[in-house]
Amino acid sequence: MPDQSPISSVNDFVVRFANVNGSGSASANELFARSILRHGVPVSPRNIFPSNIQGLPTWYEVRVTEAGHLGARGGVDMMVAMNPQTWDKDVASIEPGGYLFYDSTKPMPSSKFRADINVIGVPLTAITNSTYTDPRQRQLFKNIIYLGALCALLDMDPKLVEQLIGEQYKGKEKLLSSNVHALHLGRDWALQNLKCPIGLQVKKSDKVGDRIFIEGNSAAALGAVYGGATVCAWYPITPSSSVAEAFTSHCKKLRHDPETGKAKYAIVQGEDELASIGIVIGASWNGARAFTATSGPGISLMTEFIGLSYFAEIPAVIMNIQRAGPSTGMPTRTQQCDIIACAYASHGDTKHVLLFPEDPAEAFEFAAQSFDLADRLQTMIFLMLDLDIGMNHRLCRPLKWDDARQYDRGKVMTAEMLDEPGRDFGRYLDVDGDGIPYRTYPGTHPTKGSFFTRGTSRDRYARYSEEGAVYADNMQRLVRKFETAQDMVPRPLQANAAKPTKYGVIYFGSTAPAMDEAIGLLEARGHQLDRMRIRAFPFHSSVASFIADHDFVYVVEQNRDAQLRQLIVNENGIDPVRLVPILHYDGTPITARFIANAIGDHQDHLKVTPLRKAVS
Amino acid sequence: MTYIAKPKFHHPGLPKNELGYTHRDYEGKISTLCAGCGHDSITASIIEACFELSIEPHRVAKISGIGCSSKTPDYFLGNSHGFNSVHGRMPSVLTGANLANRDLIYLGVSGDGDSASIGFGQFAHSIRRGVNMTYIVENNGVYGLTKGQFSATADRGSKSKKGVMNTDNAIDLVAIALQLGASFVARSFSGDKTQLVPLIAAAIRHKGASFIDVISPCIAFNNHAGSTKSFDYVREHNDAVNRLDVLTGRDPITVEYAPGTVQVVEQHDGTRLALRKIDADYDASDRLAAMTFLQKHAAKGQVVTGLLYVDPDAEDLHTHLDTVETPLNRLEAEDLCPGTTALEKINASLR
Repeated sequence: MPDQSPISSVNDFVVRFANVNGSGSASANELFARSILRHGVPVSPRNIFPSNIQGLPTWYEVRVTEAGHLGARGGVDMMVAMNPQTWDKDVASIEPGGYLFYDSTKPMPSSKFRADINVIGVPLTAITNSTYTDPRQRQLFKNIIYLGALCALLDMDPKLVEQLIGEQYKGKEKLLSSNVHALHLGRDWALQNLKCPIGLQVKKSDKVGDRIFIEGNSAAALGAVYGGATVCAWYPITPSSSVAEAFTSHCKKLRHDPETGKAKYAIVQGEDELASIGIVIGASWNGARAFTATSGPGISLMTEFIGLSYFAEIPAVIMNIQRAGPSTGMPTRTQQCDIIACAYASHGDTKHVLLFPEDPAEAFEFAAQSFDLADRLQTMIFLMLDLDIGMNHRLCRPLKWDDARQYDRGKVMTAEMLDEPGRDFGRYLDVDGDGIPYRTYPGTHPTKGSFFTRGTSRDRYARYSEEGAVYADNMQRLVRKFETAQDMVPRPLQANAAKPTKYGVIYFGSTAPAMDEAIGLLEARGHQLDRMRIRAFPFHSSVASFIADHDFVYVVEQNRDAQLRQLIVNENGIDPVRLVPILHYDGTPITARFIANAIGDHQDHLKVTPLRKAVS
Repeated sequence: MTYIAKPKFHHPGLPKNELGYTHRDYEGKISTLCAGCGHDSITASIIEACFELSIEPHRVAKISGIGCSSKTPDYFLGNSHGFNSVHGRMPSVLTGANLANRDLIYLGVSGDGDSASIGFGQFAHSIRRGVNMTYIVENNGVYGLTKGQFSATADRGSKSKKGVMNTDNAIDLVAIALQLGASFVARSFSGDKTQLVPLIAAAIRHKGASFIDVISPCIAFNNHAGSTKSFDYVREHNDAVNRLDVLTGRDPITVEYAPGTVQVVEQHDGTRLALRKIDADYDASDRLAAMTFLQKHAAKGQVVTGLLYVDPDAEDLHTHLDTVETPLNRLEAEDLCPGTTALEKINASLR
C-alpha cells in the first residue's frame, strides 16, 4: 500500500501516456480521449512530441474535465508508462497518490518505483505475444490492449469504445473485429487480475453537448475553403504543415466540379517560403483569394514580400502557426512569440493586421474572415495560431456558416465602372477618405484601368515618384487605412468580475481556456479581475479604455518579452507601469495554475497591510 | 535616357494588325535605360511580336523582378497590368498570377542577376513546374544599376570594365532550362531582331514553360574588349542553328523551302513553327542532342542561338493540377463555398 492515500476523482483527472514516437500509439491514445467524450465528459488532449520521425519519446496527455476546463492543467494523476527511455522522469512526474500503469512482463527492481504512488502492472507484452505472431500486429494491438485495461480500471463503458472502433473501421470488418478483440483481451485481463475500478473514474455525464472535437489547423484550413481561397502555396514546416494538408483533403471532398471532376483550387508546394508567399502575392494581385501557412522561420523568410504586400497594397493571408523561437527554437513546442515580428514585419515603416483566434471554432471563423479583410483592406492579414491550438484536438462549439453570406471582394473597379463618364481611376487614389484605393484586376479593360505595380514609391496614379511630398502623402494614406482596419477586425471581448475591481487582465489566443479557469482559482483566493480577450491588431479603442478604467492590468502571454504588452504600450501610448506582464514561455501550454499563482502572488503583495495602519 | 516626352500623335497611315491595333498600341512609357542599351531592342522586339500576333494588349500580364531588365515592362504594352516585384522573385509571382487566371498571357522579364543569382532557385522551379509563360532573361553578364559587378552568367576569364578577371564558372541558363524540362528553349541576341521577334512570338504561342535567353550587351559596363557579352564579341561568336518563321494562319506554307532544310513543328494552338536550318544536323526536337550541342559549342567559345528545343505537346501546370477551365479568380461564393449543409455533416463527423 502506498504511504499516501490514492487519488480519488470522478471525471476530473489527468492521464499521460508516455510512448515511443512512431509506435502507433497515437491512434489508440486518441481513441481513449474520444471514448471519454462519448461518455459526455469533456476532455482536453495534448500532444507533446519531439522533432523526430521515429524513436524519440512522445507523450499524449488527456485532461478529463467534467467542468470543461480545456487548458492544460499541469501534473499527472495517472501515467501510462510505455517508454523505458523516459521511465524515471515519467515516474517522478506523478502526483503523490497517483497511479502508474506499466507493462509488467519483465520484473522491475523496486528502486524503479515510488512508495507514494499506486502501481498497476499489466503484462502487456506477454498477452500480446501469446496472441499475435506478426511483429507489426504485436506493436499495434499492444496499444489497444492497454486501452482495454484502462477501460476496466477507469470503469469506462466498453460499448462506447467499441462503437468508436466501429466508426473508425467502417467497411473494414477484419480490422474492426481484431481491434475489438484486442480491447477485450486487455479489459478482461484487468477485470480478472486487478482491483477495478481504481480511484480515478469516468462516469457518464452530459457536459459535451453538441460540441465538436477538431484540430485548429484543420479548422483554419476549412475556414479557407469556406472563405473562398482558391490558391494555396506552402512549404512544409512544423507545426503548420497540417494546415495545407487539411486544405488539400477538404478541397478534395468539397471543391471539385461535380460535372467535370476538375479542381476549383490550386495547391502548390513551393520550393521554399519565399516562393510560397510570392505565389500568394501573384495570385492575389490577379484577383484570386490566396494564402500560405507557415511558422516563425517562414515568417522571417517572407518578410520582404510582406513589405511589398503592405506598400504595393496586395491582399494576402498568412496563417502563422507559432512555435517556440528564436531561430529553429523548439520546433514542436508552443509559444505566442511572433507578435512583434508579424505586426511590424519587413523593413521600412510597416504595420500589419493580426487576428488571434482562441480555439478551432474561432480559427475557422477568422480564417474565412481574413480573406474578406485582405480584399477589403488590400493588405497582408496574419492569422495567428500556435501549436497548442493548431496541432491538438480541441473541444469547441460547432462550426457555423450563413448561406446568405457573400464574399467582400473590396474596392475592385470593373470594366463597366471604368467606362462610367467622369470616372477617375487612380490605383492609389483615396476617393472616400478611408485610405483604401480602388484596384483593377489584370485584363479588365482594353484601354482603361491598367497600372504598373511596384515596390518603389509612386504617386496616386501609380506613376514612379521619389518626390518627398508624394511619398509622404502615400505613407499617410496607409496610416489612414490602418485606422480604418481598427473597426473592421474582430473586437475584443470583455467580461467583468462578479464584484467591482480595480484590476484587469488582458490575454489572447490559446491562453483563453487557461485564463477562464484561472479566474475561478483567483476568485477562490479572493481576487477579482475584469478580463479582456484581445482578438485582433490594430487594437480597438476599447483596449485603451479598458486599461484606463483599471489601476493596472495584467497582460498574460506565452513569450519572454511581453510582446503583446509592448505592442499595446507602443500603439496606444500607455504608461508601461500600468501593464503587468505575466509570462509563460517554456514551450509547454500555459496553465490555469501558473496564471493563478503568478497573478495571485502579485495581488497578495498588494494586500500587505500598510505600516501606519498596523501601528495604529 | 531621353528627356523628351513621347508624343501622343499617331500617324494615320500606321499599319494595323488583325484586331485593328497599330504598333503604338503595344508601346509603353519612354525608356529610362541608357541610350543604346540592348534591353531597349528586346522591348522593341516584344512590341513587334505582340503586334504581329494580334494579341489584345490588355490580356497580357507582364511581371518582372528587380534590375535594369525588370524595369522594361513599363516600356511596352502600356495597357497591360505590370508587376515589378521583388529581386529574383518574378517566377513565383508569375506562377501565382497564372494560377489565378489561366486565360491571360504571362510575360516574365528578368535579368541575369535576377534569374541566375538571387532568383536561381525560383527560375529553376518555375521551369520545373511547367508554368505556361514566356520567360525572357535579358542577359548582359553584369549588374548595371549597381555599376558593373559581375553576374553569375559572366564567362570565366572575361574581364570587367575595370580590368578585373572573372574566375568563377558561368551559369548557362539555357542549359539549365533544358535540363529542368522547359518545353521551349531559345537563345538570341538583342542585336538580331529578325531572329528574336519570331522567337518571342513562338514562345508566347507555346503552351508550357518557354524560356528565352537574350544576350543583351550593357552599353555602360560590359561592352569593352575582354567582355564576352559585348556587341562585338557576340556578333563574332554568334552561331545560329536555325531561323524561325511563325505561321499563325491556317493557310498552307507558301514560302518555298529547299527539301531537307526546314523542320515544321505544329504547336497546341495551331501555330506552325517553320525552322529554316542553318546547321543541317541540328534537330530542335531532341532535348539530349541540344544539350550536347550546346556544351560542345560553348567549349569552343561560340554562342549558340536560335530555337534550340521545342516540345509542341507539352503540358502546363494547370493540366497537372487539373484545374477548372474558368479562371479561379472568376469563381464566386456559389462556386467555392460548400455551404451550411456540408458544414453540418462535417460537424457531425467530429463528435
